[in-house]
Amino acid sequence: MHSLHRALLRKVERIEGALTVSESGLKPVDPPEKKASDEEVIDLHGEYEASNVQDVLDRLDRELVGLHPVKTRIKEIAALLLVDRARKSFGLTSETPTLHMSFTGNPGTGKTTVAMRIAEILHCLDYVREGHLVSVTRDDLVGQYIGHTAPKTKEVIKKAMGGVLFIDEAYYLYRPENERDYGQEAIEILLQVMENNRDDLVVILAGYKERMDTFFQSNPGFRSRIAHHIDFPDYSADELLEIGQLLLGQQSYCLSEAGEKAFSEYIDLRMKLPQFANGRSIRNALDRARLRQANRLFNSSLSQKFVKQDLMTLEAEDFYASRVFAEGKLDRAQVFSI
Amino acid sequence: MRITQGTFSFLPELTDEQIKKQVKYCLDQNYAVNIEYTDDPHPRNTYWEMWGLPMFDLKDPAGVLMEINECRKTYPEHYIRVGAFDSERGTESLRISFIVNRPSHEPGFRLERTETDGRCIRYTAHSYARLSESRGR
Repeated sequence: MHSLHRALLRKVERIEGALTVSESGLKPVDPPEKKASDEEVIDLHGEYEASNVQDVLDRLDRELVGLHPVKTRIKEIAALLLVDRARKSFGLTSETPTLHMSFTGNPGTGKTTVAMRIAEILHCLDYVREGHLVSVTRDDLVGQYIGHTAPKTKEVIKKAMGGVLFIDEAYYLYRPENERDYGQEAIEILLQVMENNRDDLVVILAGYKERMDTFFQSNPGFRSRIAHHIDFPDYSADELLEIGQLLLGQQSYCLSEAGEKAFSEYIDLRMKLPQFANGRSIRNALDRARLRQANRLFNSSLSQKFVKQDLMTLEAEDFYASRVFAEGKLDRAQVFSI
Repeated sequence: MRITQGTFSFLPELTDEQIKKQVKYCLDQNYAVNIEYTDDPHPRNTYWEMWGLPMFDLKDPAGVLMEINECRKTYPEHYIRVGAFDSERGTESLRISFIVNRPSHEPGFRLERTETDGRCIRYTAHSYARLSESRGR
């Protein structure tokens, strides 16, 4: 009996040994926290290059036109995280910085795209473990009956852990006109998680400037827990043209010289109309121009043959056919169908 | 008597860090992780009470650990286990299941003898964790 017991103990030890091995097989064990001596030199730029942040920042520069204040702020955040990491290697205490953010700006100014890049940057710098983006709106957080909201909000939060939770049009969470609105419950859970699970996820709230301002005024807890308020400026006409060309380039289209002129005229007119949604409007306009181009090619005389360039080029007439030109000014009913 | 059920049950209790790593493995395999609890650890008691719904589409174990701790807070003297369900076609069942919480005192089982026809005796193992708890131990 005694020897059996001993044999069992030995077995347990063996399994225990095996477990640590298999664990390290699952995920590399973190190297023991090595503390650099005071004289040691830290190569910040070396670390910077090693972290691949430059790639992501470059892509941000390439893919997003304008948005200079936003880009500067993102670079600052990247620098802060890098310096923090360097400080940690010297054993200097540095509290994990809060990186919850609020993006304010008009529709189509690139808030979601920037949020996606931020998730990547934070992942490169080991601030978040997975670096995925979970994009939600009020419907995903707030339930429809009593007791429905908390599990729903928690489920979303659990999904976002290790990454970034992006709440689009966050001001809808708070509805002052209905004091029994369940949005308040979601807000409370969010606030709690933003405070307690700072290492686990980053929350980004997004919405239009004025409405977000009133939202923060009525929820001071949010304002103080968010370190970075980033405002997305509207694009200028030149920037919009550049965005349009970038979009066309991605889809292997190009503008003829006359087409480019027509397109910039179109942008000037469109910007003055209501319901203008910056980048999104440009994308929609180009989609319609492609439609017209296809139609133009299809309806041309049977004998005409096309070369590759013809299939790629958007001509002036593809833009001039737009109703924005036909009517100059649109009445409200037509706005929705531009 | 220490209950040994599921994976790792002959090992010392897993620390939260170890639980996290195991759950991370499950999530990487695309298993749906769920949490169950019971006061009746009888081996034939297959279906324990569910703590919330199974967690789908998670990427990071921190959310699971949050739920485990919540469950521990509510039922500190219950058995709590984590299961991972593999929905892969052909498997469609639990892949891993391990205990993450036990009562401070595990009374084990009582053997019950029932005399039946003739001199036959039937045996039943009766887990009395539930019983001792109702006594306010």
